[in-house]
Amino acid sequence: MHKALRLVQLCCILIGSLLSSVASATGLQYNMTRGVTPVSHAQYDLHMTVLFIVTAIGVLVFGLLIFSIFRYRKSKGAKAATFHENVQIEVIWTVIPFVILMVLAVPATKTLIAMEDTRKSEMTIAVTGYQWYWHYEYLNEDISFYSNPATTAEEIAGLVPKSGYYQLEVDKPLVVPTNTKIRFAFSANDVIHAWWVPALGVKRDTIPGFINESWAVIEEVGTYRGQCAELCGVRHGYMPIVVEAITPEEFEAWVAEQKGGLEEVIEESEA
Amino acid sequence: MQEKRNHKPLLYKLLLAVFCMFLFAFALVPLYDTFCEVTGINGKTGGRIRAAIEEIDTSRIIRLEFITHNNQEMPWEFYVTQPYIDLHPGEVKQVDFYARNPTDIDMVGQTIPSVSPGVGARYIKKTECFCFDFQPLKAGAEEVMPVVLFLDPKIPDHIEELTLSYTLFDITDRS
Amino acid sequence: MGDHHHGPAKGLSRWLLTTNHKDIGTLYLWFAFIMFLVGGAFAMVIRMELFQPGNQLVSPNTFNQLTTMHGLIMVFGAIMPAFTGFANWLIPMMVGAPDMALPRMNNWSFWILPFAFAILLSSWFMDGGAPNFGWTFYAPLSTQGPPSTDFFILSVHMMGISSIMGAINVIVTIFNMRAPGMTLMKMPIFCWSWLITAFLLIAVMPILAAAVTMLLTDRNFGTSFFDAAGGGDPVLFQHIFWFFGHPEVYIMILPAFGIVSEILPTFTRKRLFGRVSMIYAIVAIAGLSFIVWAHHMFTTGMPVIAGLFFMYATMLIAVPTGVKIFNWAATIFRGALTFETPMLFALGFVFLFTIGGFSGLMLALIPADIQYHDTYFVVAHFHYVLVSGALFSIFAGAYYWLPKWTGTMYNETLGKFHFWLSAISFNITFFPMHFMGLAGMPRRIPDYALQFADFNRISSIGSFVFGLSQLLFLYIIIQAIRGKGKKATDEVWDDHPRGLEWTLSSPPAYHTFETPPSEKLVEEHH
Repeated sequence: MHKALRLVQLCCILIGSLLSSVASATGLQYNMTRGVTPVSHAQYDLHMTVLFIVTAIGVLVFGLLIFSIFRYRKSKGAKAATFHENVQIEVIWTVIPFVILMVLAVPATKTLIAMEDTRKSEMTIAVTGYQWYWHYEYLNEDISFYSNPATTAEEIAGLVPKSGYYQLEVDKPLVVPTNTKIRFAFSANDVIHAWWVPALGVKRDTIPGFINESWAVIEEVGTYRGQCAELCGVRHGYMPIVVEAITPEEFEAWVAEQKGGLEEVIEESEA
Repeated sequence: MQEKRNHKPLLYKLLLAVFCMFLFAFALVPLYDTFCEVTGINGKTGGRIRAAIEEIDTSRIIRLEFITHNNQEMPWEFYVTQPYIDLHPGEVKQVDFYARNPTDIDMVGQTIPSVSPGVGARYIKKTECFCFDFQPLKAGAEEVMPVVLFLDPKIPDHIEELTLSYTLFDITDRS
Repeated sequence: MGDHHHGPAKGLSRWLLTTNHKDIGTLYLWFAFIMFLVGGAFAMVIRMELFQPGNQLVSPNTFNQLTTMHGLIMVFGAIMPAFTGFANWLIPMMVGAPDMALPRMNNWSFWILPFAFAILLSSWFMDGGAPNFGWTFYAPLSTQGPPSTDFFILSVHMMGISSIMGAINVIVTIFNMRAPGMTLMKMPIFCWSWLITAFLLIAVMPILAAAVTMLLTDRNFGTSFFDAAGGGDPVLFQHIFWFFGHPEVYIMILPAFGIVSEILPTFTRKRLFGRVSMIYAIVAIAGLSFIVWAHHMFTTGMPVIAGLFFMYATMLIAVPTGVKIFNWAATIFRGALTFETPMLFALGFVFLFTIGGFSGLMLALIPADIQYHDTYFVVAHFHYVLVSGALFSIFAGAYYWLPKWTGTMYNETLGKFHFWLSAISFNITFFPMHFMGLAGMPRRIPDYALQFADFNRISSIGSFVFGLSQLLFLYIIIQAIRGKGKKATDEVWDDHPRGLEWTLSSPPAYHTFETPPSEKLVEEHH
């Protein structure tokens, strides 16, 4: 069984790399992102495994169907056989799918358990969905801000050319450190939203009155974009998310800057 | 002609089944609440309990974080004075929340608690909480609202930190 | 009773007052087709808006109203009434009964529908516009919905009552009116699929009724079933809705299984392979549908143990579904195949529904579903199941029984043309949606990031072709009804198709099987 799994995994990696090379050649993304967190890697691997399995089953079943369609034509003089029952074969094709499912359930279960394990997080960010923007609060750091969509009405109306990150840009991104276990605590202000950043492998509903959690360890510095993934009213399509992952050192400096900025503001208002 | 069978008995049975399913859907509401309490879906915490003296389990420390939210247009200032507390299971602690009604109308608020991870919810025992009742606040009034709680020592070992969130709803129109 | 044995009444009153199962079947099918065109027109506007990034044609709010109405109308107005139309036309003819068991209730259950949909569609013209919260009407978005939401609730109640009455009629007919000698195990598989569907309807339509009732009282009478402030829970709504919603999905596919299982034997000239296990598979799928609802809610956050339960249960559905597909393949294997239009649509069903099944299995796995959930991957999945599944089976069934119903063969060349146009444009429309979803495009958005532009354009072009091809279907049907075409024989298809309906004349008399068929005939056609 282990060998079979290995083989499946190997094939997936092969197909995956083939697809991604085609994708990068054409500049077109048509597969799930591998992402930058352990969870998103596991999700991607599971996706490729199940994709490979269903493709293999598909080749078999469709192969048989296409063969039959060409081979057993009445116009070519085919005579219909009279069989219409075979307990043995029916048992076989009940049991084999069942075994395949059990094989699939193993990595799925492992990944699910890992995904839900929010323990030992190094920082917590409270994410709140609003109609139609996000609010981020760094717990214990006294930093909080709103993150509004930044795509302009002129771009949407087509009056000016659309920028590269059309509909995926915000005024103030969520800044987080890499290689740090970040716990997200989700809630919403009005209706249900869902915070989704594909590269982080995180998609969680934000529900008014309740909190939900998830976590991510981002392994690469970069800017990761996502969108609201639960219909939340008129401007549901205009609720982008931008996460900027920087090194822990840069993050410390960013935190200090945010707090310093705040103090300055307070001093100014007092003066 | 085919012998005419009486369809009424079957018809009535089926209508009864429809009616029962309709009632069943309403029964799902309390069933769901019970189910939530047992499994911790959505992290609903229980109601007031009497302060029982529990064995304090000093071998463990659990961090309890607090988050506050205002729902929709709720204009009150509402925050917690400590972002988190560390406590041993069984140890009773008090946390103060602060609310102020900055408007010039008398209002009523209601806070709804929620715990994450949800499975931890049933182990948070509150002997006193502002969330048990409505919170009327006169125009411009402020109030410190305490929560007194402890963690059930039966809390599973795999829970190391908990987040307790309070969302403040404006229910002036309803009460 | 005087004119009982004569033909139908004349004029409008024939249709308004009819209690004849054939007339009511016709009404249902026409109603479904009109709703299909209306819902399809909404889909065309949606695809036009999505033809390129930016906001071109409709406002974001109108876009949400369009997606909501498209879903509601296709589910409750097109697919479900079409299957009920088939049930009305065929079940009495297949079990050798003179009519449905409760003919007057049958009249009601149809005539409620036009009023329900008139109310639903009139919400476009109300203050605040039509419902805009998706066909799943999640709380609290729907509790805060426009004023027309209350009319939407009324309309859903009426649809529910109509479906329940239809389902009761099917069950009573099948239990009480089968011809002598037709045991349940000898009953045609289409009737079996509908019997199970009817039980599902009776079980879950009241749940939907309760869900909209709770929504109504939350909106208007101060209850808080779904409002956290009053001790309710918005997630409870989703549990109740999907407790209805998942069986509902099978309500829309089980009759399709039945139709395809009737058609394949005729054009392969073989008996259906594994008939008994096919019936058990239907029952198993229906049973499982009650314990998998939360797989629509994997991102709401549930305890690991609950997640695992719903994931495993959902994966299990692949087993009976697989059995069905393998049995159809075995039916085709070593047959003597001909490819008339019904066969083409049935084969299209087997291929494309299987693809929908594959994506269904992928969606069952929670970690992967976290990435698929609420993206175009899901949109692709359920259109493969509902368009190339349910809708293709309806086309297949319509072509298969139309000559029997009208007495005239439809135009075979045009029929084949309809199939190939539909099948190809369907795939052009919906296959790229898998890619869009995987690449990260959320569903129900009126505008999108630039990297999705190419696939969206392809998809929109495909959808326009698909939409237009359906007008061809309308033309083919009208020609057949008007008698423009070859006269159909009583058996319609070569090599003696099985089923009591083929022993009747084409078209059948207004009243059939007033004397039940002989046990010998039943035995021959089983």
